[in-house]
Amino acid sequence: MLALSDYLVLSALLFSIGMAGIFLNRKNAIVLLMSIELILLAVNFNFIAFSHFLGDIHGQVFVFFILTVAAAESAIGLAILVVLFRNRDTINVGDLDSMKG
Amino acid sequence: MSFEMPQFALAAPEIGLAIMVCVVLIADLFDRSQQARLAFVLTQLTLLGAMGVAIYTHWGSEPTLTFNGMYISDSLAGLLKAATAGLAALTLAYSRDYLRERGLLKGEFYLLALIATLGMFVMASAASLLVLYMGLELLSLSLYALVAFDRESRAGSEAAMKYFILGALASGMLLYGMSMLYGAAGSLLISDIAAATSAGDNLLLMSFGMTFALVGVAFKFGAAPFHMWVPDVYQGAPTAVTAFLGSAPKVAALALFLRLLAEGLGDLHDQWQIMAIILAVGSLAVGNLFALVQTNFKRMLAYSTISHIGFLFLGLIAGSDEGYAAALFYAISYGIMAAGAFGIIMLLSGKGFEAEMIDDLRGLNERHSGVALVVLLLMFSMTGIPGTIGFYAKWLVLQALIEAGLVWLAIVAVIFAVIGAFYYLRVLKAVYFDRLQEPSVLGASAAQKMVVFGNGALVLGLGLFPDALITLCRTALGL
Repeated sequence: MLALSDYLVLSALLFSIGMAGIFLNRKNAIVLLMSIELILLAVNFNFIAFSHFLGDIHGQVFVFFILTVAAAESAIGLAILVVLFRNRDTINVGDLDSMKG
Repeated sequence: MSFEMPQFALAAPEIGLAIMVCVVLIADLFDRSQQARLAFVLTQLTLLGAMGVAIYTHWGSEPTLTFNGMYISDSLAGLLKAATAGLAALTLAYSRDYLRERGLLKGEFYLLALIATLGMFVMASAASLLVLYMGLELLSLSLYALVAFDRESRAGSEAAMKYFILGALASGMLLYGMSMLYGAAGSLLISDIAAATSAGDNLLLMSFGMTFALVGVAFKFGAAPFHMWVPDVYQGAPTAVTAFLGSAPKVAALALFLRLLAEGLGDLHDQWQIMAIILAVGSLAVGNLFALVQTNFKRMLAYSTISHIGFLFLGLIAGSDEGYAAALFYAISYGIMAAGAFGIIMLLSGKGFEAEMIDDLRGLNERHSGVALVVLLLMFSMTGIPGTIGFYAKWLVLQALIEAGLVWLAIVAVIFAVIGAFYYLRVLKAVYFDRLQEPSVLGASAAQKMVVFGNGALVLGLGLFPDALITLCRTALGL
């Protein structure tokens, strides 16, 4: 039987992988979107685990909302990505440096 | 659990705004003017109406919970909503000429701004983590789209991408914190979280969640060291969007802080105070020092925003209702100043020309002394010179700090405020003492000048007679 802490550790790992993906990635902007998705899934994992062990349904309802918002968020993120690619012909994160100061 | 009919009347501002979003969406389809005139007029009327409805519904009532305890109606919600709707209306009033000259005058602009305002309203009345999150996302998603509104702009799309990534990261942090808070308190309701904190349940998990939540909130505020997005987004976004982004959402971010950290985690104040001190001092230092070297006016204003956020955090650090009232006053008055400053940039910009450098303000006094006077008032107000609204904002914050016994922090704040005076005065030097080779006439429309003068009058008027607004802020916090 898995304990609550096992789920929390897994979720923390997922969260850290997502974080690392955002801060270490210097190449592709799509990887950033994937990392954000991973962070949100880690949060969902947390909510479901707590919800199960507390015997309270609200946490699972929250997860449905997060999933929906995450879908909307990726839609906007990809739309911005398309605009970016049209203007600059690149989605390389390292090239996003036109503003300095 | 029994089903209880929610009191829909208490959510009248949100419901009305949501209906008007649909109305504007449909009405814009039938508008043949190609100028989005109908959408603009309807949006402004809606925002002004929403101010009235919010005050009428929420002001002076006992805190009432409805929608199964997820929605709160109290004076604080009333003032926050009225302030966000008012600031949104003010910034949108500037935008028409600017957008027309760039071919961006479309109904979607006003629609997205309206949806963002709806998100801010939801946040202001949130009594549950879920509602708070939904409001925040409604606001953020609209803002991402707004920043990318000029699809042809290289800087705009880059700014939108950065804003999106860091904004989504901030939401992720905040959510991770929220999931911990839920685990520790066993409930999503903020009142239950407050009860669990004061009872001392699962304190370690609670502080863990609080830390993540605070980082998320700091990201949304743009407080150092989580300020990386602010300068790029402010500079890259179309100025009409920057004005909107820089004023009302700051009040909404304060709503987020007050609902989550002040009401929900007020008993953990000792723990978040030290983190907030780091955020405040860091923001003051980064904001003021980096602003000194900027030549781009929009970027300078972005760093000045960071420093103002630092000042706002000082009010929150005090942890008392006086401190929160001071922060609320600061947020509202900063919103008015920011709207004015970006409004000036929009006024000076022409077709194919963005007046975003400080040098573009040179000789403004010869071109139009009235507009120059408004710049003077705005810069004085941002510095905190008596007679303008910015002075009372700083004064209230410092007073709350000293009452909380944090005199050293007040001294640090004043030192940074003095450093800040340097770059605000540099703008005034350009306006009053630098000469242009060939002074040109200011090509702004009368309507736009009227808005600028109205904004200047607001800065001066509230600076001379601040009592009414101060009383409002104190009453909202129950003082």
